[in-house]
Amino acid sequence: MSSTTQTGASKFSLSMLINDTRYRSTTFQVIALIGLIFAMGYLVSNLLSNLADAGLNISWRFFGETAGYDINQMPIEYNNQMSHGRASLVGAVNTLIVAFLACVSATILGVIAGVLRLSNNWVVSKLMAVYVEAFRNVPVLVWILIIFLVMSNVLPQPREFRGDAATSSMWFDMVAFTNRGVYIPRLVLGDLGWAVFAAFGLSIIGVFAFRRYARNLLFNTGRLIPTFLPSIGILILPTVLVYFALGSPIGLENPALKGFNFKGGLHLRLSLIALWFALAIYTGAFIAENVRAGIQAISYGQTEAAAALGMRPGRIMSLIILPQALRVIVPPLISQYLNITKNSSLAIAVGYMDITGTLGGITLNQTGRAIECILVLMLFYLVISLSISAIMNVYNNAMKLKER
Amino acid sequence: MSDTPNIGFVRHEPIPPSAPPIQQAGMVKWMRENLFSNWINSILTILSIYFVVKIILASTPWMWNGVWTTSSLRECREVLQGTSGACWSVLAERWNQMLFGFKYPVEAYWRPTLAFVFLLVCIAPILFQKLPRNMLIFSAIYPFLAFWLIWGGTVLTPVVVAVSLIVGYLAFVKIERLTGFAAGVLSGVVAVALVLYLGSFVTAALPEFIALEPVASRDMGGFVTAALPEFIALEPVASRDMGGFMLNLILGTVCVSLSIPLGIVLALGRQSNMPIIKGICVVFIEFIRGVPLITLLFVANVVLSYFFPPGTNLDLILRVIIMITLFSAAYIAEVIRGGLAALPRGQYEAADSLGLDYPQAMRLIILPQALKISIPGIVNVAVGLFKDTTLVSVISMFDLVGMIRGPISSSTAWTGIYWELYLLAILLFFVVCYGISQYSQWLERQLRTDHH
Repeated sequence: MSSTTQTGASKFSLSMLINDTRYRSTTFQVIALIGLIFAMGYLVSNLLSNLADAGLNISWRFFGETAGYDINQMPIEYNNQMSHGRASLVGAVNTLIVAFLACVSATILGVIAGVLRLSNNWVVSKLMAVYVEAFRNVPVLVWILIIFLVMSNVLPQPREFRGDAATSSMWFDMVAFTNRGVYIPRLVLGDLGWAVFAAFGLSIIGVFAFRRYARNLLFNTGRLIPTFLPSIGILILPTVLVYFALGSPIGLENPALKGFNFKGGLHLRLSLIALWFALAIYTGAFIAENVRAGIQAISYGQTEAAAALGMRPGRIMSLIILPQALRVIVPPLISQYLNITKNSSLAIAVGYMDITGTLGGITLNQTGRAIECILVLMLFYLVISLSISAIMNVYNNAMKLKER
Repeated sequence: MSDTPNIGFVRHEPIPPSAPPIQQAGMVKWMRENLFSNWINSILTILSIYFVVKIILASTPWMWNGVWTTSSLRECREVLQGTSGACWSVLAERWNQMLFGFKYPVEAYWRPTLAFVFLLVCIAPILFQKLPRNMLIFSAIYPFLAFWLIWGGTVLTPVVVAVSLIVGYLAFVKIERLTGFAAGVLSGVVAVALVLYLGSFVTAALPEFIALEPVASRDMGGFVTAALPEFIALEPVASRDMGGFMLNLILGTVCVSLSIPLGIVLALGRQSNMPIIKGICVVFIEFIRGVPLITLLFVANVVLSYFFPPGTNLDLILRVIIMITLFSAAYIAEVIRGGLAALPRGQYEAADSLGLDYPQAMRLIILPQALKISIPGIVNVAVGLFKDTTLVSVISMFDLVGMIRGPISSSTAWTGIYWELYLLAILLFFVVCYGISQYSQWLERQLRTDHH
């Protein structure tokens, strides 16, 4: 008895590579891989022969060589005898500074504008609509340049603060707005200055602990205790007490006019301020739209249900609407932070020395090592982007609607 | 039976309702409800009105007193004699430079202008479905026409490219029917290359900026065999002479239209279940989205030429177009991936159960729906990209912002002038970007298939 052997399944023909769905995807992937390898190989061989023609090579040694240029804003110690690597690091810190400042102010501005745009007040909501549309639809580079030019043209020169017939004066003898930048007081830490900061840090933790306690009390017993004033008290009082108990260990160093320029204090350059303001205002307009969309995404029934339970409007907002709206608002908010970080590379247009200005600008021009510089520059931004994305994914998973 | 004569008055009709109290009607009511409903609102209203009035009071005389006819900022100040006023003359004098750049031949200004008008005609049938469909023929011709108008040279160059694409498409249709999608694409590409090669004997089919040999002269003589370089030729303009708002528009339209197909491919690759292809697409998309556009423009400026065969002479504008296209393709891919993910699984299964293969299912079932969902996102990317074209001024290309920052601000006549110039830039960008985003919102309402 001859059993029917399934010869067809075991026999392999070349055409099955393309016609049989079992093999087809592998075939395509292998073709794609080979194509990619060839393309890469082609590009790399071009690169090598071009570099050889130009008498160049790939080397990272220049990072250790003396930079020889000055950077006008040095959050960490630097002088022109230090290495290119150090200069890039200064630039990286400057990038992070302006990105951080802009993120904080853009968030504040965006939340205020977004909430006000939903206000019943006709004038205010129209004004916010104009703000959002005007700033969203014009390139951020234009805003950076305008703010920079306006400030450097309108603000007084330092010499106008001099003499008896000074045409300009400082605010409270502490802040000076000049066309070279804004001078603000600098904190001078005494020996025990750290203790005040420690107290402040502990107070912040204390505020969170108190609010947690209040919430647990509400959920367990139904008792509602006031939280706003006690929170502010916990936040401020211990710090103030420690400050005076230790005999004012933190002082202020005010800027003062010496000769033709201000000395002392903290000098915020116009480039920093222009970049910071422009990024904040521009991104704030986008954040305002995100906030508005987030609030509008919560159905009105939620508000009505809360009102039916007898909640007051303030509590409806903070306990019902905002927690739900945040789930919609935060992911686009984070990607706006990413945009701020990436757009801060426009610093180069106003001469702010961020990493694009040091590593991608002067270092690149001095050493001529374009490939290495740009590669490191890209990696820097890539690392920031990927780490922020990773944080966002963790947050999204935590905030996901828990469905059964 | 006495009449009741002493009743003096009997009312036969009801008293007309008296007017509502003045606080509950009309303007006053509206203001009470919308502007002064509580003390916070009142403060906000007063502050906003104060703010708006202050801006208007400051800017109106400045704008109104503006001078239009002087030839330098100094003369403006002499005319104004210390009063507040704008010096609009810079716009009057440099208007053409800001639109076309400072090197584009003056007698050829009509060409980009015409190309711009045609651009509106070209995108009209794409934007508005109600227009007659055969206008799309013009849209298909437009890229070649615009290239010829803006870059000049012989008309044969774009014609050969167009013919090659037509032949390639015909080959694709023919072969796809016989064997399959992949073979169809392959034969289409081969056909395009073949016609381009043959065409290069008729004319310099590949214009100067993609010529493989460094071109010494500008007479489009990249190929020695160019038989008819002067056939219906316009005066050629090198792409380094492009500038002004024209450059922004060129970069914006070219890069967006090129990046949509690339974005679709990347999105499909990222959705695919083949790990290697998916991996390639994910790495590409995440890399591009993780770095600022400026670094990519640096690549275009200084690094990209290293990756081409020795002796290649790629124009800066083409290198920039390549990098911006890759940049926006990554963003568009993410938008389209969102659209693909938003489709119910049933659509994919329905396509499978009809026996459609992957290319058919995508073309007939999935992509039409996914693209429709993605339109607002794509428009957002397009607006963002158009704004980002100003970044090319950083790598010393003279787009609108580059013209303002460079040649105009540093000319002796106009040093120190900024508000007037940047207001024009704001206005131009605002009109285009706001227009596009309004269109997108309109389209969203049109395409809504659920009934609210």
